[in-house]
Amino acid sequence: MRDFILMMIGAALVNNVILARFLGLCSFMGVTTRIDTAAGMGLATTFVITVSSMADWAVQHWLLDAYGLGYLRTVTFILVIASAVQFTELTIKKVSPELFQMLGIYLPLITTNCAVLGVALLLVEGHMSFIAATLFAFASSVGYSLVMVIFAGLRERLALAQVPRLFAGPPLGFIVASLLAMAFMGFSGIATN
Amino acid sequence: MANTYKTIVKDGLWNNNGVFSMLLGMCPAMAMTTSATNGFGMGLATAVVMAASSLLVALFRKLITPEVRIPVYILIVAAMVTLVDLAMNAWMHELYKVLGLFIPLIVSNCLPLARLEAFAAKQPVLPSLLDGLFMGLGFTIALTAIGAVREITGNGTLFADASLLLGPAFKAIELRLLPADMGVLMMILPPGGFLVTGLLVVVKRLLDLRAGKEIQMGGAHSVA
Repeated sequence: MRDFILMMIGAALVNNVILARFLGLCSFMGVTTRIDTAAGMGLATTFVITVSSMADWAVQHWLLDAYGLGYLRTVTFILVIASAVQFTELTIKKVSPELFQMLGIYLPLITTNCAVLGVALLLVEGHMSFIAATLFAFASSVGYSLVMVIFAGLRERLALAQVPRLFAGPPLGFIVASLLAMAFMGFSGIATN
Repeated sequence: MANTYKTIVKDGLWNNNGVFSMLLGMCPAMAMTTSATNGFGMGLATAVVMAASSLLVALFRKLITPEVRIPVYILIVAAMVTLVDLAMNAWMHELYKVLGLFIPLIVSNCLPLARLEAFAAKQPVLPSLLDGLFMGLGFTIALTAIGAVREITGNGTLFADASLLLGPAFKAIELRLLPADMGVLMMILPPGGFLVTGLLVVVKRLLDLRAGKEIQMGGAHSVA
């Protein structure tokens, strides 16, 4: 139990998907102009990462490993992720039409979010058990959502500030992200993973 | 026609540079640039994938139905990535171990997909091949630049371990510019990646401004 909790803290804060592993930077820069869209994106991505990681784990262990098809991993995983995104879209549409309205355009883009494929590859290469893999995927995506919301909050303030023209937009975003990454480095040492 | 090719080359290498202008493919641009050698290797791997997949998409552009084009593109890129992945594992094993996770992740790099959608899907074979190749080389230049700045400021070296990762012929470019204890460790750690990329985007804007060109304010995030 203690191991699982430490692993989850490690995945969410210490080795944060965005700030330490540099995954999912396109969405990090692309959809963090407002807090509510960032939170919605975080929520949808959390769901996709968790579901597709579970599916990828199963595919890796019962299909690729079992039949010695390891070289097809990249192709298979991206197909599984695309299906998971489609499945998420259908589920959200059925269960909560309001949420679907809110996330609409962002949902298909999750397929090309490298955090999804990255987490799946990380947990396969880490040789985790199914439960550990699911928890790892969930914790990683919670860390992703947390940073998305924090960064969106910072950028909402930043939008009102007077900045030099050369720095306006993405460059300043990167510099702010650098400071945020430095702050998150304060978590290192709590747990290793 | 020669003029068009010149524009493609110029756009790929500088004017429309994947990292500094379009802000695509940021993940490997920051994760794999702890040294100039890593950045160079990562960039070249991406360039090979981009050239090959642009060529294939341009060849089959009339057969690919618009409704299913994105999955088809992703599968083509994934197949090319698998080839590069296996080839690097066999022939450049040291570099492969360093780049690790980010070789398969070229699949979800936005840059190849963006170029396929914006260029190779509509253009003939030769321009598409050139576009893929030079966009990839522009990406390589960007990654090597970010890597060089981070390595010099963080470690005081330039192209360290190049002979180990790329082959013995590259021994001559390994340099030590600053004494070992002068490095700022932060530049090699994640915050340095964000900082250097941000500052280099500003440098590119400054150079473009000096040259009397329009500076691009946003990125191309509508693509991915």
